[in-house]
Amino acid sequence: MDESVLNKLKILAESAKYDVSCASSGTSRSHKKGQIGSAEGWGICHSFAEDGRCISLLKIMLTNNCIYDCAYCINRRSNDLPRATFSVTELVNLTIEFYRRNYIEGLFLSSGVVRNPDYTMERLVRVVKDLRQVYKFNGYIHMKSIPGASQELVNEAGLYADRMSVNIEIPNEQSLQLLAPEKDFQSVFTPMRFIQQGMLQSAEDRKKYRHAPRFVPAGQSTQMIVGATPDKDKDILHLTSALYKRPSMKRVYYSGFVPVNAYDHRLPALKQPPLIRENRLYQADWLLRFYNFKVDEIVDDSYPDLDLEIDPKLAWALRHPEAFPIDVNRADYEMLLRVPGLGVKSAKMIVTARRYSRLGTAQLKQIGVVLKKAQYFITCHELPTKTVNELKPENVRRILTQRTNRKIDDGQLIIPFDFIN
Amino acid sequence: MVIFIYDKTFDGLLTAVFDAYSYKKFPDILLGEGETLPLFYDESFTVTTDSERSERVWKGLQKKLSVPALSQLTTCWLSELPEIDLLLFRYIRKTIDAPRSIELNFGDPDVLELSKVFKQVKNERLRVIQFLRFQKAADGTYFAALKPLYNVLSLVIPYLQDRFADQKWLLYDLKREYGYYYDLTTVTEVHFEQKEGHLLTGFLDESIMDQDEKLFQQLWQTYFKTIAIKERLNPKLHRQNLPARFWKYLTEKRG
Repeated sequence: MDESVLNKLKILAESAKYDVSCASSGTSRSHKKGQIGSAEGWGICHSFAEDGRCISLLKIMLTNNCIYDCAYCINRRSNDLPRATFSVTELVNLTIEFYRRNYIEGLFLSSGVVRNPDYTMERLVRVVKDLRQVYKFNGYIHMKSIPGASQELVNEAGLYADRMSVNIEIPNEQSLQLLAPEKDFQSVFTPMRFIQQGMLQSAEDRKKYRHAPRFVPAGQSTQMIVGATPDKDKDILHLTSALYKRPSMKRVYYSGFVPVNAYDHRLPALKQPPLIRENRLYQADWLLRFYNFKVDEIVDDSYPDLDLEIDPKLAWALRHPEAFPIDVNRADYEMLLRVPGLGVKSAKMIVTARRYSRLGTAQLKQIGVVLKKAQYFITCHELPTKTVNELKPENVRRILTQRTNRKIDDGQLIIPFDFIN
Repeated sequence: MVIFIYDKTFDGLLTAVFDAYSYKKFPDILLGEGETLPLFYDESFTVTTDSERSERVWKGLQKKLSVPALSQLTTCWLSELPEIDLLLFRYIRKTIDAPRSIELNFGDPDVLELSKVFKQVKNERLRVIQFLRFQKAADGTYFAALKPLYNVLSLVIPYLQDRFADQKWLLYDLKREYGYYYDLTTVTEVHFEQKEGHLLTGFLDESIMDQDEKLFQQLWQTYFKTIAIKERLNPKLHRQNLPARFWKYLTEKRG
C-alpha cells in the first residue's frame, strides 16, 4: 500500500459512482468465530456523501478500461480520461482495511470490460474468492456480472458474492441499440438468467443437503437510466414489474441521467438530472413491492407518465375517488395501505391500536399518523369531515399542491419604504 | 405528594416498585439520594436496593411482558432522561395491574411515550454503529471514541463482537468517560484514571498511530470526496442523514 493506490482509488471511484445500488441487506451470511465481518440483518449506511446518497459499500471498479463505447457511460472507450487498474491484492487489502475501521459494510465490485468478458469476470472472481477464502471475510459483497461471461464463471462468483447484478440501463431495446450498438437485450438477460438458474439450483440442493452452499443469497438487482431516452414511465414500470415477477430479482434501481458525455448528440442535453422523476419512479416501485399495487393501476395508456407534482399513490386515489373514504376502524390492512399518506408503518400501527380502542383523529395523530394527505380519504368515528368526494378530486389536488408561502413574522415591525420615493 | 428516594439504579427502581406495592403507596416523584427535596410534601420513603426484591419484580414482569417489551424497559433506562424513571415506574405499575399485556396499547400515553423514548435510544445506537470510526494504534488496537446522546455503548457491543472478532478494539464514550475493550476473547468495561490525549480529544496522536493509519484515513477521505456526484449535490439531505454533531469524530469530515 502506498501513495499510488490513492491515485487509483480516486480514478476508479470516480468511474464507479454512477452505479446506484447501495443495499447491503437481505443476505444470511452471519459472523463466524474469530473471523472478520458479518452481513447479517439489515444493512447499515456508514456514511453519506455530499449528494445525500448513502455510502454503505466500497463502490469501486477493478479497472475503468473498457472495450465498449456506450454513449451513456463515462468509461466509454472513446472518452479521454485517466485510466487505472487495481491489482487483486491492492483491492482486497483496501476492502479489508476499510472494513476494519468501520468505514464500510463490504464491497461493491464492478469493472470495465478488458480484452474479453471472460477475462474480466475471472479477475473479479479472483478478488471475491481471495476475500472469502484467504481473508475469511464475511462482509457483504455485491458483484457485477459481466455481460457475455460464461456460465461457469457466474456459477463460481455466485458462491462468494451476496448479490450479483447486471444493469439493463435502457428500458427499450431500440434505444439501447442506438446508444450502445455493441449491446442488446440478449446480452443483459442471459447473465440474469444464469444468476437465476444458479439460485434456483442452490435452493433445490439445500432441500436435499442442509450444507449445500448458498448461491447469491441476497438475489440480484438491476439499474435503469431515466431520462436518457424518450421512453415513458410506463415502459420503465412495465419492465420493472415483469422483472419483479422473477423469483431472484430483489431490487430495480433508477438512475437520473447525468449527462456525462455532453458531446454525444444521441443524448438529450439536460441542465439537471431528472431528480423528481427518479423519485416518483422509486415511489411507484415501492407501491409495486410493498403496497400490492398492480403496474396498470399506476401507469396506463391514458397516463403513460407519472405525475411529477403529486406522488403516484395520491394520483391513483384522485383518479379513483369512488374507493374512498375508508373507515380506519374497520378497513382491511390492504385498503389502509391504499390511503395516500399512510405508509406500511402507519397502517400496521392503526391495525394494532384499534384492537384496544376506537380511533379518532386525536389518537391517529398521537400514534404518529400524518394526516396532511390522509384526511381527505379517511373517516373515523367522529363527525364526518370533508373527504375527496365532497371536495372533488381536482380541489383536493389543488389544496395539496399549493405552495405554502413563507410565514410572515407578525412580531416584526415592517417599515413601508414607499414614502421614501 | 409521595416521594421515593432511591439510588438511581435499575435494580433500585424495581425495588421501589416492590416497596410501593407492599406499602400500598405510590410515588409522585422519584429522587436520587442526596437530591434536594421539594418545599413541601406528604411523605417520603427511602428505598434500599435489594436484589432479591428487584428480581421478584422482574420475574413478575417476565410473566406479563414479551421479551421485546422487556428489553424496551432496559433500553429506555439507558436514555438517562430526567423523568425516565417515573415513566418506567408508571409503565411497570400499569403492566402489573392490567389483566393482560399493555405493550401494544398505544392509546395509553405512557405506553406511547415509552415507545418514543425507545425509538430515540435505538436510533442513537444505530448512529453509533454507523458513525464510529476506528483508528489503528501502533500496538494493533483499534480505537474509536464519540459522544453519544444516550448511554448506548453497551447496546453496540454485540455488533462489534460479530464484526471485529479478530482485532483488538476499544470503544470509548467521551461524555460518560468509560469504554469497552475487547482483547480477542472477552469484552470488559474499562475506566481510566489518567486520561491521555486521545481519551480527551477522541483522536490518536500521530506518534502512537500505526504506520499505515494516516494513509488509510487519506484514502477514505479521498474516496468520500470522489464518490459524490457533483451534479446532484444536496447539502440539506446530507446534513439530515449525517447529523452535524458526529462530524467532529468522522474521519471523512475532517479531511
